[in-house]
Amino acid sequence: MANDRYEAHDYYLMDDLLSDEHKLIRDSARAWVKQEVSPIIEDYYERAEFPKQIIPGLGAIGGFGPYIPEEYGGPGLDQISYGLIMQELERCDSGLRSTSSVQSSLVMYPIWKFGSEEQKQKYLPKLATGEFIGCFGLTEPDFGSNPGGMVTNIKDAGDHYILNGAKMWISNAPFADCAVVWAKNEEGRIKGLIVDRGMEGFETPEMHGKHSLRASATGELIFNNVKIPKENILPNKDGLGAPLQCLDSARYGIAWGAIGAALDCYDAALRYSKERIQFGKPIGSFQLQQKKLAEMITEITKAQLLTFRLGQLRNDGKATSSQISMAKRNNVDMALKIAREARQMHGAMGISNEYPMMRHMANLESVITYEGTHDIHLLITGMDVTGIPAFQ
Amino acid sequence: MKILVCISKVPDTTAKISFTDGDTKFNEAGVQFIINPYDEWYALVRGLELKEANNGTVTTISVGGPDYDPIIRKALAIGADAAVRIDAQPTDSYQVASEIANYAKDNGYDMVLCGKETIDYNGSQVGGMIAELMDLPYVSLAVKLEVNGTIATIERDVQGGTEVVEVSGAFVLSASKGMAEQRIPNMRGIMQARTKPLTVVPASGSSAMTEVVSYELPPAKTACKMVDAEDMDELISLLHNEAKVI
Repeated sequence: MANDRYEAHDYYLMDDLLSDEHKLIRDSARAWVKQEVSPIIEDYYERAEFPKQIIPGLGAIGGFGPYIPEEYGGPGLDQISYGLIMQELERCDSGLRSTSSVQSSLVMYPIWKFGSEEQKQKYLPKLATGEFIGCFGLTEPDFGSNPGGMVTNIKDAGDHYILNGAKMWISNAPFADCAVVWAKNEEGRIKGLIVDRGMEGFETPEMHGKHSLRASATGELIFNNVKIPKENILPNKDGLGAPLQCLDSARYGIAWGAIGAALDCYDAALRYSKERIQFGKPIGSFQLQQKKLAEMITEITKAQLLTFRLGQLRNDGKATSSQISMAKRNNVDMALKIAREARQMHGAMGISNEYPMMRHMANLESVITYEGTHDIHLLITGMDVTGIPAFQ
Repeated sequence: MKILVCISKVPDTTAKISFTDGDTKFNEAGVQFIINPYDEWYALVRGLELKEANNGTVTTISVGGPDYDPIIRKALAIGADAAVRIDAQPTDSYQVASEIANYAKDNGYDMVLCGKETIDYNGSQVGGMIAELMDLPYVSLAVKLEVNGTIATIERDVQGGTEVVEVSGAFVLSASKGMAEQRIPNMRGIMQARTKPLTVVPASGSSAMTEVVSYELPPAKTACKMVDAEDMDELISLLHNEAKVI
């Protein structure tokens, strides 16, 4: 990826639907990614390390909470701008987008929507620049698709709470300055709270051995009688609906991000099909290769249209959780299939790190099950159209 | 320090080039446009560096229609303080230079910076013409620009070495690669660009002095012919009879 030759593809002239500012935001994010991240991503992926030095730049291009209002240090952009930034980040690597998604949708969003004014002033401006990195603790070792069963809990101890439990598979955990954690109170009600690094009894060990999202740091959050000041509770919403609302925002970003990964794979395959000669002709001359490419751009175009419309609905405050589930599920599955086909088109070269498909494919194997698995999102659509939940 | 930077709109470097109107016009259909890289990466960014070091202002100037506004807004996002668009379709180098000179002569700029050429028509004339029309010194193909008081020290790449030029007072300069590093607009710049002034000025009515009769694309690349390294006779024969170069 040292020489990032990516060119975007816009088969249905979707750019005509974007404002000049949307395009400037997207093109600036793309230029920054090409300059700062593409040259190093393969190296960090192989070493299984997040390139922390890019954090200030990621903040500067709007990678952290682009929809957060200016009064809290954000740029106050619309949902389509947020989506376009996620698309450009995941075009490079899902791990890069994950870091940005988590900070934006799972840390800044709940503080903005459910936090007190003091919490917003204290955390949001620093999270917007990347001076603070945050993480989000919902998933537990025994509670993934069923987060309502969580065992992490808080007990009222007068002027503070005592937090106990553990969270797992937490992006950004190993170096996060703060964590938005969801825990049950003594009445079994889920509450959101902010846990700061350095609080006694709070540890964030890194998880190793991942075959996916290797350029993103993943860890556990362990709480052993952590004293949580009462002002660290998010006061304005509780219950499972609060974290699920955050996940709506993150899943919406993933829907856009997956298009980026798919575009990168398609772009690589299209170029390779014209350059690779077999039987005296470019392999793009052969019908089976053209079938692959034609189906890829068809699926990408459908996803672009679906997701742009979802962006409009988000801007109007009308997008439902089920609509977001449909886009997340469709787009990640689409991107994963395209990554596999694009890798095959490259033959043996497709498994090397000179091309991005194999890395995207491995990353997307996480993305297809995190933030709601492929199957759970299908059941959400099933529940939405029948009115009957099939989870239990 | 008042700096004027000329900004031109050019097709993206990956654009497919074709012509219309009997090969007399560039076909803009489906083409993405960008700021001419020599204007953006070198002239504008060096202007911004000087402004930041000397507490000045950078104004961009362009000759073009409303289709120029997105690239002008990008120049503002990169850091220019204000922009002027002279409302006329650009036709040739003289018309563009004349419109810019007519605007600039009454506004007391300390320097007028432009790229060494645009990457589409490669005219490399506008800077020199502006200087002539404003009766100012012109330094072309500059790779370094330092300003100390009223003296500008400019380095130019010349064959086999570097030429150092000093200019006193206002001047016009065309910038080459190496003068500055590209700046990518950040979110703060994009937000600030929303409210920076983009003033549209009526054209002074300058006319073109030249007319393009036709364009043609370079001949398509032909396939490589591989010759066995041992077969000198075949190589000589091909160079003599087919390529006709020996």
